[in-house]
Amino acid sequence: MQNSANNMNRRDFLRMLSAGTGVLLASPYISFASAETDRRFIFIIQRGAADGLNTVIPYADPAYAKLRGALAIDVSQATKLDSLFALHPSLAETAKLYANKQALFVHAVASPYRSRSHFDGQNVLETFGTTAYQIKDGWMNRLLTLLPSAQNEAIAFATTVPMALRGKIEVASYAPSALPQASDDLLMRVEQLYAEDTQLHSLWTAAMEANNMADDASAKQDPASFGKLAASFLAKADGPRVAMIETGGWDTHTAQEGRLARQLKSLDSMIAAIRDGLGPIWQKTTVVVATEFGRTAAANGTGGTDHGTGSTAMILGGDVNGGRVLADWPGLSNSALYEGRDLKPTTNLATLIASISSASFKLDPTQVNKVLYAEANKTKTIEGLLRTS
Amino acid sequence: MANTSNMSPAAIAVNRFGLGARADEGVPNEPKKWLLDQFSQYQAKSARLANQANTASLIAEYAQQQQEMRKADDAEKKEMKRTFAREVKDTYQDAVSARAEMALTSSTPFMERLVHFWANHFAVSIEKPAIADLAGAFEFEAIRPNILGNFKDLLFAVERHPAMLIYLDQAKSIGPNSKAGSRSAEKQPDKKRGLNENLAREILELHTLGVRSGYTQADVTEFARALTGWSIAGMGKDKAVSADTNGFVFRPLLHEPGERNMMGKTYSQSGKAQAEAILTDLAHSQATATHLATKLARHFVSDTPSESLVNKLTQAYITSNGDLSNVCRALIEAPESWLVVPAKFKTPWEWLISSLRGLGRQNLDNIKIAQILNQLGQQTWKPGSPAGFDDIAATWAAPNALLRRVELAQRLVAPFGDKLDARVLADKLLLGAISEQTRTAISRSESASTGLALLLVSPEFLRR
Repeated sequence: MQNSANNMNRRDFLRMLSAGTGVLLASPYISFASAETDRRFIFIIQRGAADGLNTVIPYADPAYAKLRGALAIDVSQATKLDSLFALHPSLAETAKLYANKQALFVHAVASPYRSRSHFDGQNVLETFGTTAYQIKDGWMNRLLTLLPSAQNEAIAFATTVPMALRGKIEVASYAPSALPQASDDLLMRVEQLYAEDTQLHSLWTAAMEANNMADDASAKQDPASFGKLAASFLAKADGPRVAMIETGGWDTHTAQEGRLARQLKSLDSMIAAIRDGLGPIWQKTTVVVATEFGRTAAANGTGGTDHGTGSTAMILGGDVNGGRVLADWPGLSNSALYEGRDLKPTTNLATLIASISSASFKLDPTQVNKVLYAEANKTKTIEGLLRTS
Repeated sequence: MANTSNMSPAAIAVNRFGLGARADEGVPNEPKKWLLDQFSQYQAKSARLANQANTASLIAEYAQQQQEMRKADDAEKKEMKRTFAREVKDTYQDAVSARAEMALTSSTPFMERLVHFWANHFAVSIEKPAIADLAGAFEFEAIRPNILGNFKDLLFAVERHPAMLIYLDQAKSIGPNSKAGSRSAEKQPDKKRGLNENLAREILELHTLGVRSGYTQADVTEFARALTGWSIAGMGKDKAVSADTNGFVFRPLLHEPGERNMMGKTYSQSGKAQAEAILTDLAHSQATATHLATKLARHFVSDTPSESLVNKLTQAYITSNGDLSNVCRALIEAPESWLVVPAKFKTPWEWLISSLRGLGRQNLDNIKIAQILNQLGQQTWKPGSPAGFDDIAATWAAPNALLRRVELAQRLVAPFGDKLDARVLADKLLLGAISEQTRTAISRSESASTGLALLLVSPEFLRR
């Protein structure tokens, strides 16, 4: 078999080359040579531009009720978070996390992207280029390159791998299947069939690993079952440390009231199922929920809102320094709005995600910034996101 | 990609530009001619569509259902909702089956591919129940007849179709200063009704010019104003308006009055002619030509098509003023389209259809195709966003997705184990582009059906 020197693969080798030895010895942060991490990190993307203003509601902003008209959330039904913000009533379990100081909401947040295309916006959110399609790999995949090789396994809970997880490091994907399982004989023969095809061989290896890890291959696809399934992977000691879950349906141009309520309810049940499914590991877990951009401050003419700019992000987990809303609140007065129509972003989502990634994995924030976000030198790390950091 | 063998021109014609070989069909002797001949052989009105409900009747039915619902009490309403939902589901599944069976039996597979391409370019998505009802009719009536004409005609047919008007919220958009807008503002000053810019934005970004091609937020809003009044016949209160074909109607009461200034040009037309003039200019724009050329080249030839191929298609579009036959002819004539190494990873739809054709299936008896495509990750007409399904390998070549194909292959071949010899079939389907490894794996399989399953999931059959 292989000796230990040969066990170091090319990836480890490159990582070793790129890490300065001085940093390695002095740094309190983990590096390839340090002890393994038992942290878990989950990114939940809200595709379609989720309405931050009706998720974490600035009820005390004098312009809110007027801008939203019939769409304004009745604050007596919502959970008051502080003297300015309240939480949408559908987010009941998330409100409990907030009460237990395990939920932190960040408001008036946006990626570096400033136009209003979903697809470009999602590309920037998933790659953290300064413009769409500037960077070819996802920030989560680049984050994996900073983790020790035994713990850099990641999984997408989908049949395919979303942009944020695409890149150099091979990533698994898994979603429950309603098809009859293939016979062991066929699986073995397929493995041989792909032996010399680089692309298919690595995909197949990842598929088999994920398949072996799934407890219940016929799990249902409702939000709670999905959350439970995700937790069952992440709870395993030898399971993936990093995961991504996609949610869609946030593009509420019409009939927003009912649609957003249902969307948030689904998100809430999924988050609760993840928390419950992880059990004690929830203490070492960070969940980030974010969207490509927000929606117009004012309601549109059709019972909804159009594409906007600033929105809300959530950071959840057992040791999140939560129970607060982090916002340099720009206000909703006409002159305060971005281009006279959208919530003006005052926090950079890329910086926020780089900061929480480094805090969660106890990595050097400067290095994480550099690897995750091209324009990192222009921004400052956000401190104190976790109680343990 | 060690398993890959070079593709012959015949293999390229059948697999890259077609829907996959059928064992009972001959090999095209003149591959280029075989493709070009399909332009004149293509029948937009397939016999398979004879029983499909058309847009006008679906809309009429929907309007009637809404009316019945309004009269019913709560208990009845609940029951009616269930019935309607069931009917919509049936309509959707019937339409998916019709689409698939046309693909299985078509003698002009390149044309079918073009239909699928344009339906994805002008994507609607069935999350909205009305779209599940109309998506089939949209493809069959707005797309199918227009794939070889001028792009402008295709664009008009699509943007006027109720499926698009509903999907991108145009039907509800009201000019703030229109008669309806002013009246509503008087009656209910708190409940503002007005513009919805969704369709305007996606026409610019996805259907014509392409994102980052220079238009601004102001252009989007201005275009949205011009589009007000574009609506659906047979719904709403002003029944006096005369319905156009296919459920489109222009409602002057909703239209924002005045001229529009968009991308440096003034549009002083009144009524529906205003948005038509803008659409016409968009169809003839250089940015649109480049955008469409890039997408066509990416779809058929390579995830990263060569600049020279894109330029050829762009030029073919511009010199013919948007004639799509001309563009498709240029695609077939270009040597860049005939790369001998397959650069495309089949989408789930392409893979499933080519598998069923390869097995000789002419119909879908006992195959629930809509559900299968859902399991494969590409439910028909449900891309989940107006951008349509992605057209690159990174999206479809994923671990779990690959396993699904293996699981499904095992199921698809089950009825054929003793009827087909995988070794013979491999040559017929791949037309010589088969590696020694794959040949060996198939010949060594423990059963005939395992051999067939291996053929369907072989590296050569997954790519085109």
